[in-house]
Amino acid sequence: MKIVVCVKQVPDTKGGVKFNPDGTLDRGAMLAIMNPDDKAGLEAALRLKDQYGAEVTVVTMGLPKAEEVLREALAMGADKGILVTDRVLGGADTWATSQTLAGAIRNLEYDLIITGRQAIDGDTAQVGPQISEHLNIPVISYAQDIKIEGDSVIVQRQYDDRYHVLKVQMPCLITALAELNEPRYMTPGGIFDAYDAEITVWGRADLKDVEDSNLGLKGSPTQIARASDKVRKGAGEKVNLDVTESVDYIIDKLKVKHVI
Amino acid sequence: MNIQDYKGVFVFAQQVDNVLSGIALELVGKGKDLAKDLGVDVTAVLVGSDVASLADELAEYGADKVIVVDDPELKEYRTEPYAHALASVINEYKPEIFLIGATAIGRDLGPRVSARIHTGLTADCTQLEIGDFPINPIPGREQLHNQLLMTRPAFGGNTIATIACPEFRPQMATVRPGVMQKAPREAGRKAEVINYNPGFTPDNKYVEILEVVKAVSDTVDIMDAKILVSGGRGVGSPENFKILEDLAAVLDATVSCSRAVVDAGWKPKDLQVGQTGKTVRPNVYFAIGISGAIQHLAGMEESDIIIAINKDETAPIFDVADYGIVGDLNKIVPALTEKLKEAIANK
Repeated sequence: MKIVVCVKQVPDTKGGVKFNPDGTLDRGAMLAIMNPDDKAGLEAALRLKDQYGAEVTVVTMGLPKAEEVLREALAMGADKGILVTDRVLGGADTWATSQTLAGAIRNLEYDLIITGRQAIDGDTAQVGPQISEHLNIPVISYAQDIKIEGDSVIVQRQYDDRYHVLKVQMPCLITALAELNEPRYMTPGGIFDAYDAEITVWGRADLKDVEDSNLGLKGSPTQIARASDKVRKGAGEKVNLDVTESVDYIIDKLKVKHVI
Repeated sequence: MNIQDYKGVFVFAQQVDNVLSGIALELVGKGKDLAKDLGVDVTAVLVGSDVASLADELAEYGADKVIVVDDPELKEYRTEPYAHALASVINEYKPEIFLIGATAIGRDLGPRVSARIHTGLTADCTQLEIGDFPINPIPGREQLHNQLLMTRPAFGGNTIATIACPEFRPQMATVRPGVMQKAPREAGRKAEVINYNPGFTPDNKYVEILEVVKAVSDTVDIMDAKILVSGGRGVGSPENFKILEDLAAVLDATVSCSRAVVDAGWKPKDLQVGQTGKTVRPNVYFAIGISGAIQHLAGMEESDIIIAINKDETAPIFDVADYGIVGDLNKIVPALTEKLKEAIANK
């Protein structure tokens, strides 16, 4: 079985969020990590590899620095890393990003493509389903469990108040939830090997069956009209009292606000 | 694509088990506002099996037209037949705007449809308006009027971006549930109902549903609750949510939770507040043992009053709390419940 996993390098917004004095996000001070949903997707692929045997190829699109997440993926157990990077691909919205990744994946053999549901910087959840549309294969989003049965996959697909157990013939694309699993750590030997491993780097010319008009900023149907850092409502009062005083404090506020 | 051919505001009227989702009526309400600004109609697109009877409700909430796509293949939500239904409706009727709820269904359906018809899609919008693009005139560049300006939080809610889709139609957006208002219901209001079936032929993209497993839940939808008692990882264990439930019972409130609690398997997903859960704006939001990751804040910071209890005085939740109490929730919450019982009994 051949599995392609798409990952994205994102700034870490969880826990380590840093702000500038004016209250805006200090992106430079934040760590770049493998997007959590993507990491769960990679872990799912590695578990399928452990269980059924598979070749796992990890693809990322980004700046040259995004090679870091590929090395991390290799250290976790992936077999091959492909970095898609080119100036003309920059400024892409989800349409142009999915066109780029589909163009890269057309060069590869695959039974299964796994992406994270969404990235923590954009939160759109669009790129996975859009890749599947460009490749004309079925998609199952929001996967919370993945099994292989013959030439089909059986997936638990999460909804707000239920889940569906779905079966579909491969090839198909699955988007993974971070809840899917607990990703493994890199192994020391894996880190050592990953450091030396060769990363395949592809540019625009390596993308298959994609028109220039669908790539980069120029190929993006959506355009930013305005962007601003969000003005948060300021902190209110903060008190540090004993238990009885704390309780009285809360009750007093609830009374003042006519809640009780 | 001739942009002038595209007219009208369409909304996807999501239904599950032949009951309209709240977002369907919210989108009709918002769609009506946008349609008024543009001088066009708002059309609800109703997709399912034996769903025609829901058209009246959409009309009473403001839909001018209802396009019904009714087919046995559409009984349960599946990506391919639903994407085929919407893409066919768009190609046939050419709307200038198409709105979809940012639900677990809409966030799967929207990208597949927008990719099929080649247009832009803006995710999880919290504000929609008709305006100019560019917003301010730029010398030497044409300023387009009557564009859909779609505003959304990004970066876990830390930045706000307004997006336009000037060169492609329809302008598509998914809209976060609970943000737009539905219009008042006008009993007896009628809409023009159009039946449309593009034909459904199963192919490799039609997945097979082996089983539908519904979560057993008798709780109030957290998006409708006036008071939420919300717990995070700091609550410590699923059993310890009892103290939150006791507090909620006294205040006639509903229990909700953070993503960490859902990830740990302590509470079901439908109680999750935040970027990947639900957006809530109750009168009072108790954040108990919730550190306040920005993804969580994005889902609750519009609450009228936020009361946070956390033992870590540096927790980011205190940055948005109106009233922050640094202390041990295991002591404060039960004591608060007892004192509230007395206070309410003596009223």
